[in-house]
Amino acid sequence: MEKKTCLSLLVENNFGVLSRISGLFARRGYNIDSLTVGTTENAELSRITITVTGDDQILTQIKKQLNKLIDVITVIELKPDDSIIRELVFIKVKADDTTRSQIVEIANMFRANIVDVSRESLVIEITGTRYKIEGFFEMVEPYGILEFVRSGDTGLQRGGRILSH
Amino acid sequence: MIPLLASKLILKCLERENVEFVFGYPGGALLPLYEAFRTSPIKHILVRNEQTAPHYASGYARESGRVGVCLATSGPGATNLVTGIATAYLDSIPIVAITGQVDRALIGTDAFQEADITGATAPFTKHSYLVQNAADIPRIIREAFHIASTGRPGPVLIDIPRDVQLENVKTGLTYDKVDIMGYKPNLNGHSGQIKRAIKKIKEAEKPVIYAGGGVVLGNAQTELLAFAEKNNIPVITSLMGIGAFPEDHPLYCGIVGSHGYKYSNVVMNGADLIINIGARMSNRATSHLTKFEKDTDFVHIDIDPAEIGKNMETSIPIVGDAKTVLSELIQKDTIKDHAAWLAEIETIRINNPLVYDADPPCSDLINPKVLFKDMSEMTANNTTVVGDVGLNQIWSALYYRIIKDRRYYTSGGLGTMGYSIPAACGAAFATLDKPKEIFIVCGDGSFQMSMGELGVIAEHQLNVNIILITNTKLGMVRQLQFDNYGKGHYSGTDINFDIDFMKLAEAYGIKSYKVDKNADFNKVLPEVIKHQGPTLIQCQVHPDFIRI
Repeated sequence: MEKKTCLSLLVENNFGVLSRISGLFARRGYNIDSLTVGTTENAELSRITITVTGDDQILTQIKKQLNKLIDVITVIELKPDDSIIRELVFIKVKADDTTRSQIVEIANMFRANIVDVSRESLVIEITGTRYKIEGFFEMVEPYGILEFVRSGDTGLQRGGRILSH
Repeated sequence: MIPLLASKLILKCLERENVEFVFGYPGGALLPLYEAFRTSPIKHILVRNEQTAPHYASGYARESGRVGVCLATSGPGATNLVTGIATAYLDSIPIVAITGQVDRALIGTDAFQEADITGATAPFTKHSYLVQNAADIPRIIREAFHIASTGRPGPVLIDIPRDVQLENVKTGLTYDKVDIMGYKPNLNGHSGQIKRAIKKIKEAEKPVIYAGGGVVLGNAQTELLAFAEKNNIPVITSLMGIGAFPEDHPLYCGIVGSHGYKYSNVVMNGADLIINIGARMSNRATSHLTKFEKDTDFVHIDIDPAEIGKNMETSIPIVGDAKTVLSELIQKDTIKDHAAWLAEIETIRINNPLVYDADPPCSDLINPKVLFKDMSEMTANNTTVVGDVGLNQIWSALYYRIIKDRRYYTSGGLGTMGYSIPAACGAAFATLDKPKEIFIVCGDGSFQMSMGELGVIAEHQLNVNIILITNTKLGMVRQLQFDNYGKGHYSGTDINFDIDFMKLAEAYGIKSYKVDKNADFNKVLPEVIKHQGPTLIQCQVHPDFIRI
């Protein structure tokens, strides 16, 4: 059965590491739902969060194939129960004098921020889990979504565990 | 410390890795390195096309058990290496490929002879480096050889811009201990898994050992023999596993797969436990294994965790080196005689005999199956045979017996035509100090893919003997066309110009023979073996001889 899984990787900041990882997904036919990269507390290392969809056999293969890459130091699965996984989304919604306040009210309910206002539109910044964001989309959809951008999932394990250990 | 030119440092680092030969082809981006070669003890062997250079390195690596090294300039030189690097990757052969690159400032500008070779080879290198700083050279070369030769071996590429080669560096050879955070191959099998495997082996009524290339690469032949004999378990090999187990042993049960022996596939289908050691169960090996019993158990021993469970569901995975894990398995008490199973196998063997006969008109010319059978009787016990790709490969793999210290190399994973000549030359360079019989087996198709390398054979008077099987056809594809579309549905598989191979060999000063009867081959073979230096025997096989 196919399911979404969130992987967290610690990698060496070497030349071409990102292309090696994305290339691995491409050539083995695995689908990436989202991928985020950023620096870490150690300047020589980067942290990558990848969300993938696949059945158990494929997910196991993905983890093993990622572990085979020399630049990859650790691969863990961020399990929803003991991790924090969030995504940042900017949504530009149609808004005029009659609808603006309603949209702001919805945004407030979702603890989203209005970050830009114009006569015809609002840009809303929302952070949260996939479910929260889906819910928000559903609520503002009737007003007209002009465009949006999603950062992709990023996450950490809960508690004292650290990936580099 | 006196500064050293990076190009010289590169060769010093290769010396430290005990590199004797570098198989390469020069070019603009490698001028500094070639200038350094003039005063280096490392011998540069000029190949005749970069495409063959990784195959030389591969043959050298397989024969010597060391890392083979090939070299090519930037751009077209580097891209010419691609197929050979992929060939080594699919067969897990330890090679290091070094490429020249344009100056650092020119990278990304589509400069003359610029190609993104680390990008192009990423899918089939174990790892690669683009050297951006000459001071990193000692570390990178040490790491490259370490990565290529440990764990599951494979090709590593080092791309070195021309201006990096011209830098002066003060680091010297200080770097020697490899410590790569993300690379710690696991050699020892998990003791709990080994216990579970032993339990399964004890319970099994019809166990089979399926030995792959990992046994050969891991030098675990002695341990495999001891383990199989102690427990009376029959051994089947993959194409890459040829040489893992002596073919004259009573427990030997042939080669599995779509091009394997029929009886081997039947035996494997009947097993209740398959102990897979270092084989990846590729589609070509398993396509004829359709009738696995539902309760067939798989123990899979592999040094690469990603191989386990990739192509076949595994009951008991053991990640580790074949030699180490087998040594541990031998220690355990699992003795059983398996007499009933061995008797059943004997019946299977009798019911599915090897067929050597051919009918006219095929029988009027050379029978290649008989040729390799006869050759098995007439060649030394340490002979190396390098099979190309095609019918010649299957005939030589199935009918030339690998016993004692004999070896058989072929491009099993990628199936690269043109492999045999350069790979055999690489093996010949690895044995220059103690020459042995090395045979190249190729067809008229594969021969023409690498025939430029006759120049190297002649130049170095390599002791290689070419068994050139000619039928003016691309035999294996033609066989597939026959099987898939029927008689007469041949397309693009005729080599219509009948080359005078004798004259061609003569042009290179290579002693040559042409035979069209097995009896004549058997007369010529002892002469060829006696002859010091290269020879070629053209063996005429009927185009319709397409059975394996």
